[in-house]
Amino acid sequence: MGDLDLSFLSLDILQKFVLGGLAFSVQLTVVATLGGIVFGTLLALMRLSGQSWLTLPATAYVNGMRSVPLVMVILWFYLLIPFWIGQPIGAELSAVITFIAFEAAYFSEIMRAGIQSIPRGQVLAGQALGMTYAQNMRLVILPQAFRNMLPVLLTQTIILFQDTSLVYAIGAYDLLKGFTNAGKIYGRPEEAYLLAAIVYFVICFALSAAVKRLQSRWAIVR
Amino acid sequence: MSWDWQVFLTDDGSGRTYLEWMLESWRWTLAVAGCAWIVAMLTGAIVGTLRTLPDRPWLVRLANAWVELFRNIPLLVQIFLWYFVVPKLFPSFQQVPGFVLVVLGLGFFTSARIAEQFRAGIQALPRGQRHAAMALGLTTWQTYRHVLLPMAFRIILPPLTSESMNLLKNSSVAFAVSIAELTMFAMQAQEETSRGIEIYLAVTGLYALSALAINRVLAWVERRLRVPGFIAAGATGGH
Repeated sequence: MGDLDLSFLSLDILQKFVLGGLAFSVQLTVVATLGGIVFGTLLALMRLSGQSWLTLPATAYVNGMRSVPLVMVILWFYLLIPFWIGQPIGAELSAVITFIAFEAAYFSEIMRAGIQSIPRGQVLAGQALGMTYAQNMRLVILPQAFRNMLPVLLTQTIILFQDTSLVYAIGAYDLLKGFTNAGKIYGRPEEAYLLAAIVYFVICFALSAAVKRLQSRWAIVR
Repeated sequence: MSWDWQVFLTDDGSGRTYLEWMLESWRWTLAVAGCAWIVAMLTGAIVGTLRTLPDRPWLVRLANAWVELFRNIPLLVQIFLWYFVVPKLFPSFQQVPGFVLVVLGLGFFTSARIAEQFRAGIQALPRGQRHAAMALGLTTWQTYRHVLLPMAFRIILPPLTSESMNLLKNSSVAFAVSIAELTMFAMQAQEETSRGIEIYLAVTGLYALSALAINRVLAWVERRLRVPGFIAAGATGGH
């Protein structure tokens, strides 16, 4: 066994390097989840609309996003956004926009499955009550679809949290970068990577255990 | 802005064109993904099968721990662990080339997902299959070899197809430890030539093409292995 020395670690270092990174990772995860669900639901509704001028672009967008590695998507947006808006953009903001756009494709697949899991009778009942398409979706279909898909949506959020580490490609300051920087400055890069792995593991393991509990509880309710 | 595709024919400063460099990095991507696929399938099949063994609680727990460990750490961090931390902890790994370490990292990361599929596939089989094998006097090994695994493998081929495509996409993370694969090429060539859009388009196209090829090959395998009357026809997964 080689030698690892974790003695450099102190509360001060955690506060100085890691906390800000963790805050950004969590922020990115929350914003991308909410934005991804909103745009993903819109994409799912487009794909299920039966109108080819809505279905085709939505399908192309979702399949296109899902056939490209996330790292490449991150690089693409970092290259293109300044080009579109005509001025340079920070890595952090670029990452937020990228993750919303990228995750929308994945969340739309989940929401599409959720909407399709609602029995046809629900749609018909809404229509029989005289509801418009929008009312039917908002009051009858989407709440149930969302509820049915909650465990899957949360699992996707955990994957999303792990994926935020890929902002490494454009140098955004996230949890991993916090540890990497601390490791570089104190000359202990290996220890820093190990600590980063432990922190990610604890967070993701706890979250997935929570999702599992939620799932078994809701299974009884239904 | 105008296109400048001739950038691919210019020299990159070491006597080869950017096109040649890109194709070479594509080969690296395919090599990383291909080797990691073998590691992932073998380990994933073994770990996933262990998780379903009857009367072996410790083996089941160990296999479950394997899946939790490799599933709950981001791939990029796992690559860093293999590349930096493992050689420091175990000096014998210092002789191992970076390519192998990345293959192990990507392979074991994916093995957790594949193990999950194998477990689900085996548990999706009717209980009667296992009982019938026991009634025939088959050992546990024979039961898995001749009864459970052949059917489970066919059931999970569609999700295995999408996991294989995910693995190819995930191989892009190898850029972080300077493996000369496609994403690394995209980043470096973009910087050197300032023709980012052309470079990225070509690289994105190669990734999509590779993923499509995997999808077609495994769809073909799925058709060839179909057992008449068992697996629903026309299930192609991946997209």
